[in-house]
Amino acid sequence: MSSIEQQAKGKKDGEIRYLTPLNIDTSKTKKYCRFQKSGIKYVDYKDPDWLLGFVNEQGKILPRRLTGTSLKYQRKVSVAIKRARHLALMPYVADLLK
Amino acid sequence: MPKIELIPIFALIFNTIHRIFMNHYETVFILNPVLSEEQIKETVKKYEDFLVSRGAKMVAKEDWGLKKLAYPIQNKKSGFYHLFEYTVDGEVIDPLEVEFRRDERFMRYLTVKLDKHAIAWAEKRRTRNKQNA
Repeated sequence: MSSIEQQAKGKKDGEIRYLTPLNIDTSKTKKYCRFQKSGIKYVDYKDPDWLLGFVNEQGKILPRRLTGTSLKYQRKVSVAIKRARHLALMPYVADLLK
Repeated sequence: MPKIELIPIFALIFNTIHRIFMNHYETVFILNPVLSEEQIKETVKKYEDFLVSRGAKMVAKEDWGLKKLAYPIQNKKSGFYHLFEYTVDGEVIDPLEVEFRRDERFMRYLTVKLDKHAIAWAEKRRTRNKQNA
């Protein structure tokens, strides 16, 4: 594989040439588990406003890869959200939740 | 050995037995919004008596009042939320939930067993609520 600079200069044949090097910088801030960071041990289902942070606009539970939650707490979050849904504190289906 | 010293020892034994066999539970239930205030008080009292008569120790009671539901239940858009926190023998939970299911005034209920982290959080929540009130 040739680096982007090499491609830009066109040193290698048969590769796509770019006039300027592509900006492929990704975000440097690492995701973290907010439970482990702030020392929360129990996820409360009675607080729907806070659980809203783990749910998308349609009320679906967000995956770990987006929120950064560790597996241990993702399980607890999902149980808490499901309990909140049962008690009609959170919707099962929605749109424009936020 | 004087007899007076035995009483606290018995109390200690009783408390440890209570702690081992009794679990800590929390029940949230939603009552029908059509009910009058008196009927609600009566219902809450009925189930509190039901628990206490079966050896439950009430830890906390909360009244969240009339709340809007996130989705309609039985074609109703709001309900009266109540919360009980208590320690009781696990065998009492099943008859309690049977009573809930038979009662038309109940729209939803949820009973959860609390682990040690949950108990710690419940206490924290209670003191926080007291400060806000």
